[in-house]
Amino acid sequence: MSSAAAPAVTAASASPARIGYIAFNTFREAVRDRVLYNLIAFALLLVGAALLFGQISIGIERIVVVNLGLTAVSLFGTVIAILIGIGLVSKEIDKRTLYTVLARPVRRWEFIAGKFFGLVGTLVVNTLFMAVGFFAALLYQTHHFEHADLYLLAALYFIVLQFIVVTAVALLFSSFSTPLESAVFTFVLFLIGTFAEDLRAFAAMAHGVSHWVTTGLAYLIPNFAALNVISSVAHDQPVAGTLIAYNTAYALLYAAAAVSGAILIFEYRNLK
Amino acid sequence: MAAIETVALEKTYGVGFWRKKSRCALRPLTLSVPEGEVFGYLGPNGAGKTTTLKLLMGLVFPTGGTARILGLDVQDPRLKAQIGFLPEQPYFYDYLTASELLNYYAALSAVPARERSRRVAAVLDRVGLTGAGGVQLRKYSKGMLQRAGIAQAIIHDPKLVFLDEPMSGLDPVGRREVRDLIESLKHEGKTVFFSTHILSDAEALCDRVAVLNHGELRGVGVVADLTSHIKGQVEVIWQGAAALGAMAALGCECHATGDTVRAVISEHQLDAAIDAIRRARVRLVSVTPVRASLEEYFIERLSSTTAEVAR
Repeated sequence: MSSAAAPAVTAASASPARIGYIAFNTFREAVRDRVLYNLIAFALLLVGAALLFGQISIGIERIVVVNLGLTAVSLFGTVIAILIGIGLVSKEIDKRTLYTVLARPVRRWEFIAGKFFGLVGTLVVNTLFMAVGFFAALLYQTHHFEHADLYLLAALYFIVLQFIVVTAVALLFSSFSTPLESAVFTFVLFLIGTFAEDLRAFAAMAHGVSHWVTTGLAYLIPNFAALNVISSVAHDQPVAGTLIAYNTAYALLYAAAAVSGAILIFEYRNLK
Repeated sequence: MAAIETVALEKTYGVGFWRKKSRCALRPLTLSVPEGEVFGYLGPNGAGKTTTLKLLMGLVFPTGGTARILGLDVQDPRLKAQIGFLPEQPYFYDYLTASELLNYYAALSAVPARERSRRVAAVLDRVGLTGAGGVQLRKYSKGMLQRAGIAQAIIHDPKLVFLDEPMSGLDPVGRREVRDLIESLKHEGKTVFFSTHILSDAEALCDRVAVLNHGELRGVGVVADLTSHIKGQVEVIWQGAAALGAMAALGCECHATGDTVRAVISEHQLDAAIDAIRRARVRLVSVTPVRASLEEYFIERLSSTTAEVAR
């Protein structure tokens, strides 16, 4: 066998490394994008504004800061996930950067997985920055941390899980539709998903065919309502360990299914 | 072993909302390119050149036929480590510097980490981008991007390089440098498959060419054979207007530029023409047989019918 065959065999087998390189490049693209910094700055500004609202809300300062602060982190992170997620695949095809990647020993599923992990990594780092801003605002308002503040970490963890699901859904839509269509589909699904519990309640009350249809829909859309504990932690209510385990499993399985769907579509797509 | 082997490779796209109509982008293509050859893939816009390259790169899936490169299926990851590809009008991650881009592609091609920096510096030097490695690609000119594109295609020292319009966007100096680069790849024993509109480049570089039109292969030929064919005509160049009358009397069409006159005559008129030039006591500069050009072959193949191609 020729000497060139040795690296070729390595290239065929070392997929985790290639996913890592693609993920790092996706992360690097996001952190060099000015739009991202504008959004983070705007989110931190909102966290700061929560302080202002807190100071004019006598007796419920902490509740206001937590509600507004965590909602800002959640909303702006979701906007970042949608804005970047919808272009993850389509932008690479439009600009033909994908051609030179797939002309290398990179499998299509590795490319999708790398893009997904890259954006999730970006969102985790963003959330960390926004969380630091949020806790600084909270400390400024309350002058001390208390035991109940630990539940805020659980709320932030759920927000990250929400980002993972949104990213996976955006990636799924991005694998077969235009960026505009992907943005609309993902945002609509996000909106419906925030009312998933209401949809499930409605499904339980329905009868006959509509019962089965609404039940199917209720379980098909991502349940973002279950991942939102902002209001309860603002009122110092604890977050049960079982809920953390359930939500973790749910978000990861849902994201895995959506990413698998994106991979399945992308594997058979002609890159015209 | 052939470097590239296609058998009845074809691609048809469904068009329209329901994809019921079809558009044939490439008719069954059977082609073989041996290792170590520089192969030119010629054709006008929309001929199917880029479709062929995308099929060979595994970017689109064939509707029929097979393609093997270096004996492996085009989707085999072991193959991809041994080939390099420059797409037409390449656009790269413009937030990266050229060095970062090449490092990224080298990593994806399984170049060992300890070798990457050395390879990146060497390839940047080879494509004439020494000193520009730390500049973000968004600040590159079109010509510099094309060079960066060629650099990424060879960063992992592939055995076979596919170049889609490699001269596009380059100034005359850049084109010359790319020609030199392709020649150096050939001297290293690599196979180069490139598509181009610029026939002079193909004539200067290629061992063989294929002509494609409307998705159909119209002909394959050895460049040296195509251009060595003598057409029975001779180009005569002399200095001095005194011979013009005598040459015109022979029925020659003369073109004068300053004191220098050029005429293309048939071979059987050559003796009479030289006698006329001698009698006029003007200086004969050259007598050259007129050879067929690649351009003539290209035009002739484009206008050929499907039946002629089949013959």
